[in-house]
Amino acid sequence: MIKVTIDDIEIEVAEGTTIMNAARMIGGDIVPPAMCYYSSLPGTGGKCRTCLVEIAAGSTKDPRPMPKLMVSCSTTVQDGMIVKNRTSEKVIENRAAVVEFLLINHPLDCPVCDQAGECDLQDLGFSHGKEGSRYEEEKRTFEPIDIGENIKLHMNRCILCYRCVHVANELTDQRVHGALHRGDHTEISTYIEKAVDNEFSGNMIDVCPVGALTDKSSRFKSRIWFLNPMNASCECKKCSGKAVVWMFGKQVYRVSVRQDKYGEVEVEDGKPNWICNECRFDKKDVSNWNIEGPRHIDRHSVISQGHYEKPNPLKNATKNIE
Amino acid sequence: MGRKLLLEHIDVSGIETYDVYRNHGGYKSVEKALKTMSAQEVVEEVQKSALRGRGGAGFPTGMKWSFLAKPEGVPRYLVCNADESEPGTFKDRFLMEKLPHLMVEGMITSSYALGANTAYIYIRGEYMFVLDILEKAIAEAYAKGWLGKNILGSGYDLDLHVAPGGGAYICGEETALLESLEGKRGNPRMKPPFPAVKGLYGCPTVVNNVESICAVVPIINIGADEYLKIGTEKSSGTKLISACGNIARPGVYEIELGLSVEDFIYGDEWCRGIANGKKLKALIPGGSSVPILPAHLITSTAAGERRYMSYESLSDGGFASGSMLGSGGFIVFDEDQCIVRNTWNFARFYAHESCGQCSPCREGTSWMEKVLHRLETGKGNMRDIDLLAEINKKIEGNTICPLGDAAAWPVAAAIRHFREEFEWHVTHPNDAITRNYGMLKTPSITL
Ligand SMILES: Cc1cc2nc3c(=O)[nH]c(=O)nc-3n(C[C@H](O)[C@H](O)[C@H](O)COP(=O)(O)O)c2cc1C
Ligand code: SF4
Ligand code: SF4
Ligand code: FES
Repeated sequence: MIKVTIDDIEIEVAEGTTIMNAARMIGGDIVPPAMCYYSSLPGTGGKCRTCLVEIAAGSTKDPRPMPKLMVSCSTTVQDGMIVKNRTSEKVIENRAAVVEFLLINHPLDCPVCDQAGECDLQDLGFSHGKEGSRYEEEKRTFEPIDIGENIKLHMNRCILCYRCVHVANELTDQRVHGALHRGDHTEISTYIEKAVDNEFSGNMIDVCPVGALTDKSSRFKSRIWFLNPMNASCECKKCSGKAVVWMFGKQVYRVSVRQDKYGEVEVEDGKPNWICNECRFDKKDVSNWNIEGPRHIDRHSVISQGHYEKPNPLKNATKNIE
Repeated sequence: MGRKLLLEHIDVSGIETYDVYRNHGGYKSVEKALKTMSAQEVVEEVQKSALRGRGGAGFPTGMKWSFLAKPEGVPRYLVCNADESEPGTFKDRFLMEKLPHLMVEGMITSSYALGANTAYIYIRGEYMFVLDILEKAIAEAYAKGWLGKNILGSGYDLDLHVAPGGGAYICGEETALLESLEGKRGNPRMKPPFPAVKGLYGCPTVVNNVESICAVVPIINIGADEYLKIGTEKSSGTKLISACGNIARPGVYEIELGLSVEDFIYGDEWCRGIANGKKLKALIPGGSSVPILPAHLITSTAAGERRYMSYESLSDGGFASGSMLGSGGFIVFDEDQCIVRNTWNFARFYAHESCGQCSPCREGTSWMEKVLHRLETGKGNMRDIDLLAEINKKIEGNTICPLGDAAAWPVAAAIRHFREEFEWHVTHPNDAITRNYGMLKTPSITL
């Protein structure tokens, strides 16, 4: 075990732990935001740069500070390392710049976006961004495209976190979509004439931190904050059958994986509870499901202030936001 | 006359063919290494020569070689970086095109030193004709027993392949290169792990520039002691400089490091001064990524000392008043040139070549390009100049690979040294559209 200090809190962790995971063990406000890292998807991280932290001391052996900010999701801790996240001016300033970069070409079409209310980018902008924009140029745009029967891609909203690419690597035997072109023309797309139709492809929608990948069976049906998330399960041969159904009255509008407080799929006995496309897209009748009870959503977004669970005191929510 | 180690026989006709090359001392370094030296001794000799990587960063080659991990039963690779795409740099092409056997010889000697039995030359897609030249040379080398099994009866085997890239600048970054060589999208990898531990196909790999690998040949031939006599204390040996821009005689020159910048620009043997009798305005000494220097910091440093063509002298003064030797892409600007236009042009290049995987580089480079384009076309305002300085500070150091830095530095340096020229573009929007700043001696309209 080795010792690391993050924002003045010391913790012992196993060797090889990343700063991000050490921070998650401490929990609370000192956890850096992550837009691309996703713990159940090996290989993710390093791209969005929102999790940058300052290393005030590299280790006990070599206590020199590191000259550059480091990405906490992909930097492993050293014994005696001192990390500054929220206590570093430099981090706050550079993270605000990353938020600005992520937003300059973003359409900011939240009023018509299905992700609004549970969007990591909205949350990030609110918690770490600055008011206003200095961007006066034209935004780059793409047309929305169908990638397969079930999923619609709004490339304008994509932040190129590559999570959906990794989900396809992880859950499907042959990935048929990926990043095309380069620079700010990079787009997620399917390879020529291919459609994403693997049985687990729907999980791409849940890992997408923004509203770029949307569920064609539920998009535009309702704002997320009008729906009641319920833990539900079903007998399924293909997947865990453990899901969250999003209901309005007795009607199932949407089915998603169960997400933890970092917006990542819940892991049980070391296995992420991904769900199959049948559960997600086809089981839209309440009789398909065994409803277990209200789902607690532990995130910053509007839905966490939902009115269906034991009332979530507003002061807690604002504390999270700060 | 400066001493020539790489280009010694460049003018011999037919030097690109095996027989002529061999008759002029070709493949001697392979004979010497395989017959009289252990692999470790070759590494030590290169370490002793203090050769610094010629690809841009100037990392000591021998030290890089000594870091190569050597786990049992795992293959090791040598990969030559021939992606040469930095604007202003065209020395590797010259070497490979004119002296393909020097490249092959360097690969054999270096691979032997590293214990690599398979080696690759990754060449940019636009150099297809050079690829043909190299493949011909490789075929000749196989036929003569310099490649393949049991070379010179030493028991050492080597296979050498040339692999073309698709023509992306980013595939010159060593880990993007390895991804591309593996057949994947050329996105740089996160480091650590470094290629020396986990490189091509997850195996220990050394990536070196074309010129670095070619320089191993004379180092082994004449010995490190002799090599160290050439150049300066901190910059040993010779370096190829690809000189371009407004000079009387552009071209690729082999210089002894430590030559004065003044001699290089004005000397008869080299660039022969500024073309058409114009005045020198600015210099980018090491490829488009390194900071631009204004006239008063070119032949002498801020401290008033003579400036030399060496790693240490060109970087004297840090980024405030110095630059870098970089890849040796020497770009000279005369008084007629517009720095804003040039900076925009570079920014356009970097925005286009960013791989797009990390947000600061993907978004920041094209943002800078758009702002610079507005400034250059007379649609900018004073705020934009500070905005540019601010954007590039937020890219620098915050990205996965150094392309972000490479895109930020030229903009920062141009504003640092030529701010009034940016401001002129704001105050003279009509002139900015129709005329070139440098050529405009008396602005016609003032707003
Ligand atoms: C964006 C980018 C492009 C690069 N392009 C080249 C190149 O075309 N050729 C090259 O030799 N090195 C290039 N480099 C440097 C390589 O990453 C690497 O440092 C070099 O090949 C090492 O060789 P050396 O030690 O012999 O110089 C590039 C680096 C970056 C960040
Ligand atoms: S579509 Fe979504 S998950 Fe895929 S790269 Fe874009 S933002 Fe990430
Ligand atoms: S800095 Fe630019 S080129 Fe390098 S990895 Fe990031 S986006 Fe790609
Ligand atoms: S979460 Fe670490 S870089 Fe994206």
